[in-house]
Amino acid sequence: MGDSELRPTTLNNVWLTAGLAGLGLAVVVAVMVGPVPLRPGPVVKELLDRLPFVDVSSGLDQRQAAILWELRMPRVVLAGLVGATLSLCGAAYQGVFRNPLADPYLLGVAAGAGLGATLAIVYLPGRSGWPIDPLPLAAFVGALVGVFATYTLGRSGSRSRTASTLILSGVAIASFLTAIQTFVQQRESDTLRQVFSWILGQLTTASWGQVGLVLPYLTLSAVAILLHRRLLDVMAVGDEEADSLGVDTRRIRLLVVIAASLGTAAAVSVSGLIAFVGIIVPHTVRLLFGSSYRIVLPLSLIFGAGFLILTDLAARTMIAPAELPIGVITAFMGAPFFVLVLRRSRSVT
Amino acid sequence: MIGVSFEGVSVHLDGHPIIRSLDLEIPARSWVGVIGPNGAGKTTLVRALTGAASATGTIRVGDDRVSDLDRRSLARRIAYVPQLPYIPRSMTVTDYVLMGRTPYISYFGVETREDIHVVEGVLDRLDLRAFADRPLGSLSGGELQRVLLGRAFAQRAPILLLDEPTAALDVGHQQQVLELVDSLRKEQDLTVISAMHDLTLAGQFTDRLILLRDGQIVAEGTAEEVLTEAAIASHYGASVKIVRDNGTLVVIPTREGRSS
Repeated sequence: MGDSELRPTTLNNVWLTAGLAGLGLAVVVAVMVGPVPLRPGPVVKELLDRLPFVDVSSGLDQRQAAILWELRMPRVVLAGLVGATLSLCGAAYQGVFRNPLADPYLLGVAAGAGLGATLAIVYLPGRSGWPIDPLPLAAFVGALVGVFATYTLGRSGSRSRTASTLILSGVAIASFLTAIQTFVQQRESDTLRQVFSWILGQLTTASWGQVGLVLPYLTLSAVAILLHRRLLDVMAVGDEEADSLGVDTRRIRLLVVIAASLGTAAAVSVSGLIAFVGIIVPHTVRLLFGSSYRIVLPLSLIFGAGFLILTDLAARTMIAPAELPIGVITAFMGAPFFVLVLRRSRSVT
Repeated sequence: MIGVSFEGVSVHLDGHPIIRSLDLEIPARSWVGVIGPNGAGKTTLVRALTGAASATGTIRVGDDRVSDLDRRSLARRIAYVPQLPYIPRSMTVTDYVLMGRTPYISYFGVETREDIHVVEGVLDRLDLRAFADRPLGSLSGGELQRVLLGRAFAQRAPILLLDEPTAALDVGHQQQVLELVDSLRKEQDLTVISAMHDLTLAGQFTDRLILLRDGQIVAEGTAEEVLTEAAIASHYGASVKIVRDNGTLVVIPTREGRSS
């Protein structure tokens, strides 16, 4: 006995490396494709040149380099950050609510963020002069209101709470918040255009400024969620058992929900409302690599980034020179996926 | 080696009294079986001890009041196996038993070599080494019950709290699981408290029985003292015969008109 080592589940380095390599490939492909095509060789060299201690000449002329660094790269980076955040937050919500269908969009988080941002745009006209832009903060507060309203409503319904109860209350809360938001937006017609462009998303006009605006919030949210990976596995056995193992499930749920709502609100504040990413990516990771949160969280982050970069690529090339809203494509894939997850979760519980 | 005591403990759920002013002394290293008809309050008594059901009165674990201990300290003293534990089907046996080390790991910490070493010992002791990498969903009922005990055992708590540990098992596996609990108890000087349905097994394995009805103790003592035909008739509303076999009691249900 004691001859073979025990192997607790951990993140496999091979998967991690493969995921990062895939993400790198997605970035290169996404910056190459566009109205002015760039060739892969020079693109890779140009990217490597930016790394510290690497000095290679890419052969891109000044105009091509500008297209790469000022137009395509900010958009790819922003899409990657948003995809990583929505996927990670989706997985985190699924963990703390023990609900495979939880998604920032379906829980009313995104609608709450939308309302918060709309109120900030409409009622804080001078905010561009503020030292800190209050827009992401307003979206964050809205997101928290959305998720707590959904959770409270979902709990009050019945004792036998099922996966669908939470999602149904999420739908109700999202409709309610969206109704208020539409009312405010239509009444204040001066800012209508600004609100619309915010809701539809701004990946089209992505800039390094936006990357800088949201990066601190996204980083804080991701670090906080990733630190809870072991505890999310303990949460899987239910509140009463997890409590008897010495953890405070209510505190964990509160902290993770706050972190995930912060991330979602910041992501939504640059990308607009994008549904289903938080379901598609974590569930694909679970199917392929296992359902421990030590695996699901980091891989959702990486695959989510790659997924949204490629989805955004599809959105801007499929009907070029026009663009499809990115949410159309995620919804197109997400709705059938949702049915798949629903069927799977029924057969398990 | 610590015992448990209840002094004037009451539990209300949704305004209804479930446990009524209960006094009980459970000595260290004993095995106490809690029996009683459905709805008597067995599970609630167990949950009061884990802190899951909020109780009035004083519950002590050793010298400490349960209400004064934080969750982590309580989890180092009491290991709990619920009646219907939630089974994450894709989790491996190793990961599940390792979860028993949770009370020893800091909030953002991860398991140490020491924790893995403890789990190795538990898996070897419970003959689970061969199942280490198997997902819980692939185990049989008897194997799963050993894994549940394994997680509780990995908690290294002096008090083992079992709610209907054999409810889902056939008679052979019921005996195996209870024998295992008994030998672990003797090896590790554990105090065991178990809510039990099967009166014969309860009488055979425990040192003392507590018979609960409507949240109150109506009989307390050895199997001889508690398991009487009259007591079972009046508290369970059941017609049984008590037969003595090799120094233990066997409770046999009888059917009026058909018993010869």
